[in-house]
Amino acid sequence: MSERTLELVAVPDIAPTHPRFDWALVWTLVRREIRDSLRDWRIVIPIGLLTLLFPFVMNFMADVVFDFLERYDATIIGERFVPFGLLAVGFFPMSFSLVIALESFVGERERNSLEALLATPAGDVELYLGKLLASLLLPLLASYIGIAIYTVSVVWERRWNLPASVFAQVVALTTAEGLVMVTAAVLVSSHTTSVRAANLLASFIIVPIAFLVQIESLIIFWGQEQALWWIVLGLLVLDVALVRAGIRTFNREAILAREIDFLNVERFARLFWHFFKAPPEEAAQVRQQYGGTPPSLQLGRIYRHDLPRLLAENRWGLAASLLTVVGGFLVGWALLTWWEIPPDFLDMRSFDPEAFRAALQRRGAAFALLPAFDFRAIFWHNLRVLLGGALLSLFSFGVVALLLLAAPMMIIGLLASGLAASSQNWLLFLAAFILPHGVIELPTVMLSTAFAVRIGAVMLNPPEGFSVGEAVVLALADYVKVLLFAVIPLLLVAALVEVYITPNVVVWLYS
Amino acid sequence: MAVVEAVELTKRFGTITAVSGVSFQVHEGEVLALLGPNGAGKTTTVRCLAAILQPTAGHVRVAGYDTRVAPRQVRRLVGLLTEFPGLYGRMKPMEYLDFFGAMHGLDGQTRRQRAEALLKQFGLWHARDRRLGQFSKGMRQKMALVRALIHAPRVLFLDEPTAALDPEGAYQVRQAIADLRRQGHTILLCTHNLVEAETLADRLLIIHEGRIVARGTVEELKEQVLGPPVFRVRLADRLDGTLDAVREVIEPLDWDADGFRYRTTTPEQTNPAVLARLHATGVRVISLEPEPRRLEDVYLHLMGAVS
Repeated sequence: MSERTLELVAVPDIAPTHPRFDWALVWTLVRREIRDSLRDWRIVIPIGLLTLLFPFVMNFMADVVFDFLERYDATIIGERFVPFGLLAVGFFPMSFSLVIALESFVGERERNSLEALLATPAGDVELYLGKLLASLLLPLLASYIGIAIYTVSVVWERRWNLPASVFAQVVALTTAEGLVMVTAAVLVSSHTTSVRAANLLASFIIVPIAFLVQIESLIIFWGQEQALWWIVLGLLVLDVALVRAGIRTFNREAILAREIDFLNVERFARLFWHFFKAPPEEAAQVRQQYGGTPPSLQLGRIYRHDLPRLLAENRWGLAASLLTVVGGFLVGWALLTWWEIPPDFLDMRSFDPEAFRAALQRRGAAFALLPAFDFRAIFWHNLRVLLGGALLSLFSFGVVALLLLAAPMMIIGLLASGLAASSQNWLLFLAAFILPHGVIELPTVMLSTAFAVRIGAVMLNPPEGFSVGEAVVLALADYVKVLLFAVIPLLLVAALVEVYITPNVVVWLYS
Repeated sequence: MAVVEAVELTKRFGTITAVSGVSFQVHEGEVLALLGPNGAGKTTTVRCLAAILQPTAGHVRVAGYDTRVAPRQVRRLVGLLTEFPGLYGRMKPMEYLDFFGAMHGLDGQTRRQRAEALLKQFGLWHARDRRLGQFSKGMRQKMALVRALIHAPRVLFLDEPTAALDPEGAYQVRQAIADLRRQGHTILLCTHNLVEAETLADRLLIIHEGRIVARGTVEELKEQVLGPPVFRVRLADRLDGTLDAVREVIEPLDWDADGFRYRTTTPEQTNPAVLARLHATGVRVISLEPEPRRLEDVYLHLMGAVS
């Protein structure tokens, strides 16, 4: 080195006037990553083949299918094969976004290049968005090209008039699915310690998406394309939730510090036990000192202090449950437009108490989905559904728990609406069939759902200072506390009322 | 003026405390070496200083900016060379430097000028058309050093810059750091290479299990840990009877037939006096020299003491 060259490199002092968020940094990162991907033959060749050749293969398949089905005058199925093909040619190149996104952070960590990137002025959001867009844009562009090639070839060859709405739906679905895969994969990549670990977790992304694509295909063949917009909407909501979770839980410290992934069952078990026994406001303190003696569990304290405090802390979960109950009822009411109820099915004017009691006795045998009319069976059925909802909430950010609450409310709404449509008193129906036990059961189920939703929701938004794992353990501990000390006793009472009081009220009111 | 200031810096990961109540300053143009065994907390300290990690307690300021309040500004002002710097293997040097220059907010022309000048300065210009994946380890380390310098940082944090290199590569990188030192860069050097620290650093900070156990210049540390310097006198004649004469000036530590050793805090006065006494007794002196005191002795002494 010479002193002369030093003068060349001297630059003015850097003015520390960086904005809080700088798109220029995001695009700089995106450009570098895309350029890097384009130099990797393991990405370029498969994407190129899927983009440029697969549409022609799909078009050939469409020809074969059309020709075959025309022989049997089943051209309508052939016509529905075209949008399905559109969906497939869009999806395959898009699936590469998963490969790129999965190694976005953890790949750099393994190659020891991440720390240099973290040492630049880019903030967490810029880094996260840069990686996300870089993983998304190239496969998305390839998907659009594939869709365009297939569309042109189908329209050109078969003179098929592709409805603009179908084209828009497929483009929207491909984009939304790509976003879900990328946001989830970047999230995984920023929370694992090796590319191997990230790849192992990829099945949690690709399996549900593959399942969804199959459902979309069924919907297309069924001819209910409008339903695809609901899937697009659902995916976009999930995208927003995942991006938010990614940004919220992105932690450069954890990325650098995490050395090895292992399931520390003992630690989580001990943490659960401490959270369960401690008052809710001491959770943060318990998190740091869980190694000591757990606080004592006092039944009086739980009813006087813990449960009211948990309810206050989880007011958003309770609000979501209430909204779901009301919304479910209203949606059910509106469903009568699509599903017509046979007139004699809901004719309460010819109510026969004996026939009603006989029907109750054979309920479990006649309707496999409903439990036998026995308080133990009803209690166990309700508990099983609530526990299933809580478990599935963990994998659906709380959505399944809410859906399980919405479903019976939709049925009640549909029945009430059917009664109203046939000029019967639907309020009397609610008062007779729902109110006696529902006054206990409905708040109980709402309570359980609110805390089940929290188990999934904390994954998107863990409390300050908590890791995602610790937050889930805390939410589980709170759920179990609410379940044991409130939900189970109330469900038992509700089941007893449903079996021994509700039928009498029904008979009394309708006789 | 202190460019880097750590005050009671503490960093915990869960139940593990990596750095505990560390306080120090790095002054403008100074090279401070952070010495310590593996796992002592050096890398964590550097990551906290470079605003990559947030302190659990205490605070860090770089050029007056608190890393907690203004991490972006801090990261613009520091250059970081990590222990195992991974490069983007499919990129060429100019492209690589252009990317990091852009991430630091430099305009295109400045990026090109600086990249070219730095590549020439570090002897990498000839390899400008090669992919970084084809570079040797030494070249990669130098490239990483160039990357850390692309935005003309006020402070350089060098974390084990020669740890993974062969002797030739290590020499090249040490030379580069020595040149940066001569140019007046403020450098914090993390190392467990004692020769490197002794050669390059103005001051040393010895860290063990997250705590500072000693600090000062090399000489100060030797003084603190090993005591005043020891001198050895070698005689051409036998010692008989001469020891009593020098005892009026010094207290010998030990002696044998060829000479003796003594310790003094004022060698400029004591040594001439000792020689004068020996001369007066007629004993011929072959040599009087300080016993070599290596930094390694200081370090091992300290590690032994704290362990």
